[in-house]
Amino acid sequence: MCDQTFVAITFGPCDCCGKASPLMNIYIKSEATNYCSFCVEVMATQGLQAGESAASLKKESDSLKKKLEEERAKLSDIELSQVAEKIEVLAPLSIKTRRVLKGHGNKVLCMDWCKDKRRLVSSSQDGKVIVWDAFTLNKEHGVTLPCTWVLACAYAPSGCAVACGGLDNKCSVFPLSLDKNENLNTKKKSVAMHTNYVSGCTFTSSDMQILTSSGDGTCALWDVESGQLLQSFHGHTADVLSLDLAPSETGNTFVSGGCDRKANVWDMRSGQNIQSFECHESDINCVKYYPSGDAFASASDDATCRFYDLRADREVAVYQKDSIIFGASTVDFSLSGRLLFAGYNDYTINAWDVLKGTRVSALFGHENRVSRVRVSPDGTALCSASWDNTLRYLGFGWATYSTVSKGFR
Amino acid sequence: MRICLRKVDLPLSPAPISICRMTIRTARPNRGQHFRPRTHCLNKLESIVVEMQDPKSGVKGSEQKLNVSTIPHVITGKDVIAWITNKMKTTPEEVQAFGTMLVAYGYIYPLQNHKKLVLCNDSSLYRFQTPYFWPTQKWVAEDSDYAIYLAKRNIRKKGMLEAYEQAHYSHLHDWLNHKWDFIVMQATEQYKAGKERNKPDRVVFDCQERAYWIVSRPPVSEHCCVKSNDPNESITTISTNIFYQQAIMRSKVKSSVSLGALTKYVTTYKNHDPFLAPCLPSNPWQTDHDAYWTCNTRIDVPTKMRVERWSFSLFELLSDLRGRDDFKVFLKKEFSGMPPHLMRHLSNLAFWEAAEELKWGTASSMTSKAETIFKTFLAPGAPRWINIDGRTMGLTVKGLDHPHRYVLEAAQTHVFLLMKKDTFFRYLKSPVYKDTQKNALSPAPHNFSPAQLEQNAQNRSLGVHPVIVWQQEEEEKAKAAAASAPVDVKAMMSKIDRKK
Repeated sequence: MCDQTFVAITFGPCDCCGKASPLMNIYIKSEATNYCSFCVEVMATQGLQAGESAASLKKESDSLKKKLEEERAKLSDIELSQVAEKIEVLAPLSIKTRRVLKGHGNKVLCMDWCKDKRRLVSSSQDGKVIVWDAFTLNKEHGVTLPCTWVLACAYAPSGCAVACGGLDNKCSVFPLSLDKNENLNTKKKSVAMHTNYVSGCTFTSSDMQILTSSGDGTCALWDVESGQLLQSFHGHTADVLSLDLAPSETGNTFVSGGCDRKANVWDMRSGQNIQSFECHESDINCVKYYPSGDAFASASDDATCRFYDLRADREVAVYQKDSIIFGASTVDFSLSGRLLFAGYNDYTINAWDVLKGTRVSALFGHENRVSRVRVSPDGTALCSASWDNTLRYLGFGWATYSTVSKGFR
Repeated sequence: MRICLRKVDLPLSPAPISICRMTIRTARPNRGQHFRPRTHCLNKLESIVVEMQDPKSGVKGSEQKLNVSTIPHVITGKDVIAWITNKMKTTPEEVQAFGTMLVAYGYIYPLQNHKKLVLCNDSSLYRFQTPYFWPTQKWVAEDSDYAIYLAKRNIRKKGMLEAYEQAHYSHLHDWLNHKWDFIVMQATEQYKAGKERNKPDRVVFDCQERAYWIVSRPPVSEHCCVKSNDPNESITTISTNIFYQQAIMRSKVKSSVSLGALTKYVTTYKNHDPFLAPCLPSNPWQTDHDAYWTCNTRIDVPTKMRVERWSFSLFELLSDLRGRDDFKVFLKKEFSGMPPHLMRHLSNLAFWEAAEELKWGTASSMTSKAETIFKTFLAPGAPRWINIDGRTMGLTVKGLDHPHRYVLEAAQTHVFLLMKKDTFFRYLKSPVYKDTQKNALSPAPHNFSPAQLEQNAQNRSLGVHPVIVWQQEEEEKAKAAAASAPVDVKAMMSKIDRKK
């Protein structure tokens, strides 16, 4: 767990204006201070101080960047491949499609599991959002949004609501009802409002707050009940395509990835950007935390997935192969963090050994690009959503059991 | 990939089109983002430009003969000035300035003397720029597009480029060298497509495109509007410097330590990962039997694997509600009726839970929750007073004057660290935990025959809908709250000697 953010002072009186508010930990002339976000902005907009010019600022920026690289390099005393030598090799995995969920009329863009480990919500290009009981293959709820391209959907932790958003620039929350005849649109709550499309959304530890990422370059934290903007996160210079909340006990940080090729780690309380990684050569399509919360992985259009160590502040592995040339659009870890499942635009899913950096398995079956892969909350199955209008789930096949009966390939 | 507007067909008359398509584009820093403060005023400008093009009430256009071809929808400078004067009813200088802005930003382009971006109050000829080339459209004038444009003009007629364009071209050839084949191919395609159009269309389009690039890549660096030499850039640089400074000072850990921890995590959880080891009794997705889920709900007797998982970290223990229950049983057994310095173990967990509810609760409930928490945990003589250091207590109480969802952060962190480093380990060594471990189940693996598997597939259990589970839990919580009597701290305190 990232002890750093855990212990940092993030609420109290601002050292500049004295007001009690969420604080950013910054350094002014090498002295540590805690400013509220407003004072930080004022400081930045004060423009060029005496003796500075745009060129000298740029020079300072470059030298600071170099210094950061040097600090990072000092800590790379060992490579992941060396550490992984002591770990045993994985036995060859046999992963098979267990079920295919058919029901969407158009490209499935996003899906999310419910905490009860069997239900999931999926959204598609035609504006439909469907809640399935994946175990019985029943469609339990359905709602049609007025906009197309519902790019993001999320299941609430309690299982009582779903959130979705997309090209309508909004993220709305729909409380689920047991009454089959009720139109979910009547109870719809419009929560997030962005100035461009919503690319990702997730609930925090409760149903009361959602975190969204948007094509307008920002992420934002919203209060569901009132629709109030609680915190916004600025720092990306292009569309933000994905975000993920840290799973650690504190749950105070999240990571976002965007078209500016950067993956940024944010402190949710103060809105501060605390870490940034610019290693990819193209848009980052998806970011996902490692189960322990001390690392994360990213998938990008440059056909690689990368693994970053947050405590040492560096990229530690690149998962790529010459035969993989199409962009990766989604990643997720298995429960132990040993396997990384990545969905690609060439219709395949690759399972990587996170520690050894090798590909363990290649999964075929989809007839169009894979838009989302998600491991179920208890790690028992992997669900993949695709532009071929279906969702599939795949599980590990043991030799003890005979092959699954007809109709489930 | 990113959603962006893509050229499909180009209009002659200024009618806007927009077609959305997903494309894969290599991203360079989107300078468009820096101009967000400007797009607001440009939007206002655009609505006026649209009005100007209204066939009835807008500026009157006509056909003009230029060189060999006839160009439609041509307007004169003085007509534009007259229209603006009529619309805005202001001084000639202001109208002139406004008109020049229209030209400088590329909404109107001159047909003669195309490099001078001003509006002349005479019979100089202008045309409205097609909306595709308006500055507020979502795509940025990228270098590769500019390179394609210059290459295309080079193909059309060698030596056609001006000096500054030639300089740009050589520079682009250097730094876009890796893409040069692609650029030449695109340029050739566009050139061929252009040749297929009829002459007047082609001339119009060439004018539009040329005008666009004059605005986006002007010949003289200083006096132009749509360039990146704006004050926003120094603000961004300052913000970047602030970021770098804190990133440098942030304490980091050696890779050997952090990577070691990551691999240790993998090893610890190896047997619990259904993709690496079989889950007992069976994986529901394989056998269509949900025993694995039913034996892992909030039942009295957990499985051995589950109990083992609680020992991995306090986070695991608290995240699993059954584990949290077990922890609470332990706390009550060990610390009820003990001296205050041990009683705090009990109130710590309660405080942590209350603080979590404040943090993740609705914005409207904050004030009332903060009050309850203060009364229960922080006020002097509170029934479940938590023992935190004086400084943190002082800060927290002060912050409660204006409750904010993070006002308890410092106190909560302190309490959590105490639990993590002390109470948790006591729990793992306690008889409560050892008993739970002993009585835990080890379900035997299922061994279904193909016939049984078929049966399972027909009879998949529906489970309980999460909404129902949630309703039940809320009912139980309400009952528990009503039943528990508040702990009388005063009575308790009088029995204990105070050591100070």
